[in-house]
Amino acid sequence: MPAQGTLMRTQHAVGITSYGAYVPRWRVRTEAIAACWGRETSRVPIRAKSVPGPDEDTATMSIEAAQNALRRVDIPPGQIRAVWVGSESKPYAVKPTSTIVAEVLGLTPFVSAADMEFACKAGSEAMQTAIAYVGSGMAPYALAIGMDTAQSQPGDSLEYTAAAGGAAFLFGRAEQAAAEIEGSLSYVTDTPDFFRHAHQHYPQHGQRFTGDMAYFHHSLHATRALLDELGRTPKDYRWAVFHQPNPKFVRRLAKELGFGKEQIEPGFLVPLIGNTYAGSSLLGLAAVLDIAEPGDRILFTSYGSGAGSDSMSIVVTPRLRALRNGVPSVRDYIARRREIGDYGLYLRLMKKIHRE
Amino acid sequence: MNLPRYRRLQPAFYRLQAARCTACRQVHFPSRTRCLGCGSASMEPVRLSGQGRVLSFARMLHAARGFQDSVGSLTALIELREGVRLVAQLTDVEPDGIGIGQEVEMVLRRLRSDAEQGLIVYGYKFRPVLKRQAGAQAQS
Repeated sequence: MPAQGTLMRTQHAVGITSYGAYVPRWRVRTEAIAACWGRETSRVPIRAKSVPGPDEDTATMSIEAAQNALRRVDIPPGQIRAVWVGSESKPYAVKPTSTIVAEVLGLTPFVSAADMEFACKAGSEAMQTAIAYVGSGMAPYALAIGMDTAQSQPGDSLEYTAAAGGAAFLFGRAEQAAAEIEGSLSYVTDTPDFFRHAHQHYPQHGQRFTGDMAYFHHSLHATRALLDELGRTPKDYRWAVFHQPNPKFVRRLAKELGFGKEQIEPGFLVPLIGNTYAGSSLLGLAAVLDIAEPGDRILFTSYGSGAGSDSMSIVVTPRLRALRNGVPSVRDYIARRREIGDYGLYLRLMKKIHRE
Repeated sequence: MNLPRYRRLQPAFYRLQAARCTACRQVHFPSRTRCLGCGSASMEPVRLSGQGRVLSFARMLHAARGFQDSVGSLTALIELREGVRLVAQLTDVEPDGIGIGQEVEMVLRRLRSDAEQGLIVYGYKFRPVLKRQAGAQAQS
């Protein structure tokens, strides 16, 4: 497919000024889920997944990730003129999560705020919008967050991977950034691979349709178009981050694109904590920034059902080192864990037990 | 919690916003319009660090309505770096994981468990200071 003219570039060069991550400490062993539903544990895709604590939701988790991003830099709150939260697990059906986040961070009232909706691509959509806001000159800084406490039907195959976590990215002018955005694009079609109606608790998915026609088609086309536009190959990138629904999909996607295991390893988090939906690719990018060096080039491609991918080329600047100032890294959060093997407690933490 | 009260308490609940006397510099939390130390009515808002230590703690075994999910959790008397003392729920910790003098930090969490129909009340809780990257120090 020809990819000419698909690249999106801003009027002013934009970069990642700072970033922060959050993963809850609770992990449920997937063997406990398998045991409840009579499934063989050898067929479970990952060993454990992250689960929100009883007092956590997408708002509280977004706040901690954003606070981590703001702690890494010294930026006056009045300079941050936009807060966008991408998620498919909003605490309220009607009331923005983003205003709660902005209020706690002390960014209100003169700030643009909204919640983004695009399944697992909602977080990278927030990033694209933040890049545009800064790149057009509308805002000195804009905050984009991808965060989820992913929901899954009890007994469904998604229950083994639907996890909790995400990351926040503060975008600003490239001259002051820790990593510069070289270019981005979006690739979107109306693909019915995953959906939920207004009064349903859990989304339905299209079984095998979620693979080739959905995840692989969009991730491959977006990434290849970006590489074509920039005249690059996978060898030009030290690191690559993709949306991570399960380990098998990510390994196959990387292989088909020509990226090696060592290129995806730092941001490959699904085997450790599961699929954090709108937070998945953003959390992977945060994990790469935790270890990247100046000059490293990062390929980033998200995927969201419904369906689409955002692909970005990012190059690290020497300012990234200054962000390593004691704020918890992604691996700090992953290392902090309390494992549970009790399906009943898992149901309680996921707020699936309702009392009159 | 009724809506006007929650709206008024947001600066304290969300950001640990206190009041500092511009005359004698004493800090009050919750905020006051007049200083308890010198009687001055000249107060300014100040954001507390959220860093402190546990002076005492107790385990909640019977919960009031709206706090049923907190049964078994810990509530602590905490002294912040600024000298302010407050009572708050602890989170992300088991009863055998806390002790007198333990360093804690503020996090924002859901306070009540009866929010399925009404307002979700967010506010401060404290947890043991998160372990950071080796050799790095936490910032306030």
